[in-house]
Amino acid sequence: MTLSVKERRNKTATVLVATGEINSETSGALLQALLPLVREGRPLRIDLTAVDYVSSAGLRTLLVVYREAQHAGVAVTLYGVSEEVRFVMSATGFLDFFSAGEAAAAEAKAKAKAAR
Amino acid sequence: MTEPRSEQVLRVDAYPTHEVGGYRVRAGKPFPFGANVVPGGVSFSVFSDQATSMTLVLFERGKPEPMAELEFPEEFRTGSVFAMTVFGLDHENIEYGYRADGPYDPVTGHRFDARQILSDPYARLIAGRDVWGVEPDRSRGYQYRSRVCLQDFDWADDTPLRIPAEDLVVYEAHVRGFTRHPSSGVTAPGTFAGLREKIPYLRELGVNCVELLPVFEFDESDNPRSNPETGEKLYDYWGYNTVSFFAPKAGYAATGRYGMQGDEFRTLIKDLHAAGIEVILDVVFNHTAEGNEQGPTISFKGLDNATYYMLTPEGYYFNFSGTGNTVNCNHPVVRNYVLDCLRHWVADYHIDGFRFDLAAILGRSADGTPLPNPPLLELLAYDPVLRHTKLIAEAWDAGGLYEVGNFPAYGRWAEWNGKYRDTVRSFLKGDPGVTGELATRIAGSPDLYSGRGTSASVNFLTAHDGFSLADLVSYNDKHNEANGEGNNDGGNDNASWNCGVEGPTDDPAVNALRERQMKNALAILFTSQGIPMLLSGDEVARTQQGNNNTYCQDNELSWFDWDQVDRNAELLRFTREMIAFRKHHRELRATVHPTGRIRDGLGLPDISWHGERAWQPDWSGDSRLLAVARCGTGDDDVVYVAMNAHWESHDLELPALPGGRSWHLFADTGNEAPYDIRTPGAEQELDNAGKYLIGPRSVVILVGRTNDPETTGTL
Repeated sequence: MTLSVKERRNKTATVLVATGEINSETSGALLQALLPLVREGRPLRIDLTAVDYVSSAGLRTLLVVYREAQHAGVAVTLYGVSEEVRFVMSATGFLDFFSAGEAAAAEAKAKAKAAR
Repeated sequence: MTEPRSEQVLRVDAYPTHEVGGYRVRAGKPFPFGANVVPGGVSFSVFSDQATSMTLVLFERGKPEPMAELEFPEEFRTGSVFAMTVFGLDHENIEYGYRADGPYDPVTGHRFDARQILSDPYARLIAGRDVWGVEPDRSRGYQYRSRVCLQDFDWADDTPLRIPAEDLVVYEAHVRGFTRHPSSGVTAPGTFAGLREKIPYLRELGVNCVELLPVFEFDESDNPRSNPETGEKLYDYWGYNTVSFFAPKAGYAATGRYGMQGDEFRTLIKDLHAAGIEVILDVVFNHTAEGNEQGPTISFKGLDNATYYMLTPEGYYFNFSGTGNTVNCNHPVVRNYVLDCLRHWVADYHIDGFRFDLAAILGRSADGTPLPNPPLLELLAYDPVLRHTKLIAEAWDAGGLYEVGNFPAYGRWAEWNGKYRDTVRSFLKGDPGVTGELATRIAGSPDLYSGRGTSASVNFLTAHDGFSLADLVSYNDKHNEANGEGNNDGGNDNASWNCGVEGPTDDPAVNALRERQMKNALAILFTSQGIPMLLSGDEVARTQQGNNNTYCQDNELSWFDWDQVDRNAELLRFTREMIAFRKHHRELRATVHPTGRIRDGLGLPDISWHGERAWQPDWSGDSRLLAVARCGTGDDDVVYVAMNAHWESHDLELPALPGGRSWHLFADTGNEAPYDIRTPGAEQELDNAGKYLIGPRSVVILVGRTNDPETTGTL
């Protein structure tokens, strides 16, 4: 199973759209794609809508990105986390690290809607 | 913005030196044992003293046949340790095991068989039983597959709670049984994640330590029996049959099918700690799931049978555990194995303590004789990593060794106090001649633990093994027919009393008496010196329908029925207030045994005994009434507990109190709820200061204090 990543930039943030599985085989490439973006210092959104499986190593990679972002003072949020992935992240405690970002994202979305 | 992290340091040992079976390899590091992710590969290290050759067997995850078999080159062997780093492996998608070749000669203890693929004794994850109860494919040659696992959990600011032993309130629970019942309402019933959702319940109850029945990987499907009445399959539900000692049970994790049981369990522990609750594991080092000569070969049998098991001179298995084999715990290699295992759970899982199943075996030598100074017990007591963990022994074994009060403690070990259980049960049912021993037990069993302090005694009335509290007051006899052993299993010596009717009844008088007896039991337990342990569900009168050995019952007989939280709210409230009361009164948690002498404070002895008349306890054989008053150790109040196991009421003369103090009623189990118990600090002053009528089969708890509750008691 492969993983493809696409990068998109908007005014406020960089969005990385991932498609496929994040596991020990693919997480190295994901990390290669994400670390330079973290180091740019712009808010980063990782869109997981098209990711249906994140393995133990994959979750660790996301956490490494989060820790790097914390180190660099950059906000990272996860988007579009599927129910199954969210369940796994919740049961293993990984969601706790990202939930603030998720909530912020939801809030931003709601604000954007209201502003329209 | 700060500097980015430096790139990975290049290492000399990140490069292969050999090729074996098409894989690039190099000599691995003998330590640590097990499979460890290293730069570029995975290092495998396994011990076998007598193996003539060793082969690493690699599988693609889930595939029936191996993808490679790599024999360890001779130069990769250091002493009796075979170590090899294999490069280019996707650690997440492999399973592994070993083939050990060597002599097959059971008389000399050797059972090598290179046809068998063996689990790594140090495997940190096991695949093969990923989801509880799923029938395994038994045609597979390798059932319990070792897996590689990353050890980089993010504990954030988790720190050991180090709750002083005397302040513990232990709650013995089964991971699956706690939330498996449909009424639990959790997202993932029967799992670590499910238990995590119930942390608020535990907090509210007031317990500060959860003791979990075995969580090391075991095979729940290894029970061949079925229920003779219903034909339903029976399980190895409790899990005292370890398959792998370093691996958390995958079937206890909602994420076990993804191999994430380690993270899920760690998250549970982290959140329990955040809630002020320690975690003690019930560990089983006395035997393994490999059984006797007829049992399966899983790991130790094929790697080094003669080292790991106690063997008779003819090469048969000693059976001090009652389950087929006995681990050779005091062999130098095996005791290091046990130590490594416990260090692993403390360092990698932040476990706070251990309860050792049939721990008397840990004090036996290789031929089974008890050792005066067992090296394993000493090793564990002084180990730097385990230094602040709680060590609790079940100080007996199935070979007849009974060491309660006599377990080699090295200043560290506590014990399940079976004598406390037996005495208080006997008193509660109204047996004659018990008051004298009752006094000794509730004072922290100084006859057993002199010099070791009160917290050497773990006091309990019920545990997983035996009747639940509700059944203790509802059945005279065990009813284990559902276990398929003709009601011959389980203990016969239960000291239980059914209050007049065997089993469930609509008789309100019997049910009221049972409710009162449960409250009496809880009142005595939580006012005794020593560490109290509550069996999960007893606070809401959980029943096992009279089955006192539900080791095989994965069903409503064993599960916690959460509807009972509402149904038995009265008993739950009583338990909560009793736990709170214990926390409120330091004299109940005093670490030294009371002497009966006057210490600082109010001029009253630290402990005094009373009967119908103050200061005049009745120790005669017919006496079923005893009252105890405790005073001192910094608290400015007195706690008086009167226990009446008699079927008649008695007029109690209360001891006089000094310094403007008066008696206040905290609990009287003879009263209807809500007047059966109060909130600590809100006790009601007695109208008649000198007297109190205690009802039949009741416990009364009074507090002697001034009328300003703010100035008394401590938290």
